[in-house]
Amino acid sequence: MYYLGLLIEYLKNYMKTRLTYRADFWVEVVSDLLFQATNFIFIMVIFMHTDSLGGWNQNEVVFVYGFFMVPFGVFSCFVNMWGFSERYIVKGEMDRILTRPAHNLFQIFLENVDPPSLMGSFIGLIIMAISGSNLGLPFEWWTLPMLIILTLSAVAIYTGIYTTLTSLSFYSDAPTGILPLMYNIQTYGRYPVTIYNRAIQVLLTWIIPFAFVGIYPAALFLHRDEMKGMALLTPLVGAVFLGIGLMAWSYGVKRYKGAGS
Amino acid sequence: MLGAYFDFIRIRFLTMLAYRINYYSGILIYTLNIGVNYFTWKAIYGGGESLGGFTGAQMTTYVAVSWMARAFYFNNLDREISTDIRDGSIAIQFIRPYNYVLVKMMQGLGEGLFRFMMLMIPGMVIAILLFPVQLPTEPSAWIGFLVMLFFSFLISSQINIITGLSAFFVENNEGMMRMKRVIVDLFSGLIVPITLFPGWLSSILKILPFQAITYLPGSVFTGRVQGVGIWNVLGIQVIWFLVLLIPIVWLYHAARQRLFVQGG
Repeated sequence: MYYLGLLIEYLKNYMKTRLTYRADFWVEVVSDLLFQATNFIFIMVIFMHTDSLGGWNQNEVVFVYGFFMVPFGVFSCFVNMWGFSERYIVKGEMDRILTRPAHNLFQIFLENVDPPSLMGSFIGLIIMAISGSNLGLPFEWWTLPMLIILTLSAVAIYTGIYTTLTSLSFYSDAPTGILPLMYNIQTYGRYPVTIYNRAIQVLLTWIIPFAFVGIYPAALFLHRDEMKGMALLTPLVGAVFLGIGLMAWSYGVKRYKGAGS
Repeated sequence: MLGAYFDFIRIRFLTMLAYRINYYSGILIYTLNIGVNYFTWKAIYGGGESLGGFTGAQMTTYVAVSWMARAFYFNNLDREISTDIRDGSIAIQFIRPYNYVLVKMMQGLGEGLFRFMMLMIPGMVIAILLFPVQLPTEPSAWIGFLVMLFFSFLISSQINIITGLSAFFVENNEGMMRMKRVIVDLFSGLIVPITLFPGWLSSILKILPFQAITYLPGSVFTGRVQGVGIWNVLGIQVIWFLVLLIPIVWLYHAARQRLFVQGG
């Protein structure tokens, strides 16, 4: 309850700051949508030159992309760790966080909430609806509950991976270029992983499990039986990676000694 | 005076060198990006021989070279500038006896030289070992490529500087910076070579500066563009370098008029 109250307070605060920079809000919404559009263009370009990508047709790949957008939007809204090192370690804001009663990681999430990102989730749902109806996908009784469970699991995976990577800033205070590149790699989790060679499949499944934020869970809704088992594994992978992330984080916080300034 | 600017290159290079540990992971991640792109394209080719004038082997080389070029020309000047603007430290920089934009460019160059040696060269070696990359044999292609690579850096940094300076006008330009990153990666031909885009889009992209960053140098290096064509490519890069100076000069002057510090 205490944490829910904090969340509401921070969202109120967010609205206030946002109203100060009104034009900027729309710049961000438009730029988010353009970001999605560019990925979409890539899929369109691929299917101008081929009919199937590893046995998946255009509507299926578009559907997977639609699903991919939903957890990513939720993740970017609530767990935004971009620029953590510069803001909290280098500038010493971490010290302020640590003197407060609420959990430090939760405070950092709160201070960086970004509701415009949720727009991506809505568009993802629309894309899923359109390509799903093109494919004649049935709407089962489990569709909606499964969508919620798999979305939350995928958000847990993202949070786990990015928390682990961000906690590296406790060990080295240089601005790292890893996070932006991870953003690049995560998008490959939305293509049929079977097109990659074995090493990359293993990597995208078990080491940085981005296949679980796109192709595997989406396969369940597409009735792709070969990936059903993997899809059902998503919550477990989410729990494991979230656990790793939180452990890496709390270990890093213990090591943290504060920076100058 | 010029010596002072060279010092900015040297200092940035040494700063980067102090934090070089971070770049070992960068090599791994760039190689991974090449790998994933390579397999995606392999699947797209299927049994086909050629796509948009690229053979399978050329595409592999193109992907590897484009990513490795990015390892060199990429920098965060946009973020550095907008941070300077937001925390107000730009006011101090403006009254110092140097040109702020030129200093940023020099720092970018220092970072570029570091990335060239610590990220691009080792990454390229690994990529050649792992994937069927075909490198050109004529020295002219190599010299041409290095010159073009330098212009890729200049143009990419100019776009970063423009994006960064825009923080003077939209107080929080986070969204613009994100958008710029995506647009540069996609429209420069890093993710999809420009000839594969639908006709209307590729004709738009041919009149935008982004192709000069990745697509044009990559086309020369894979041997798709040869002979006189190489001079055309270089010409396009030089023209864009000059054209992009105009908005930078304008923004810089407008910014000096407009400077208001938001705290700090």
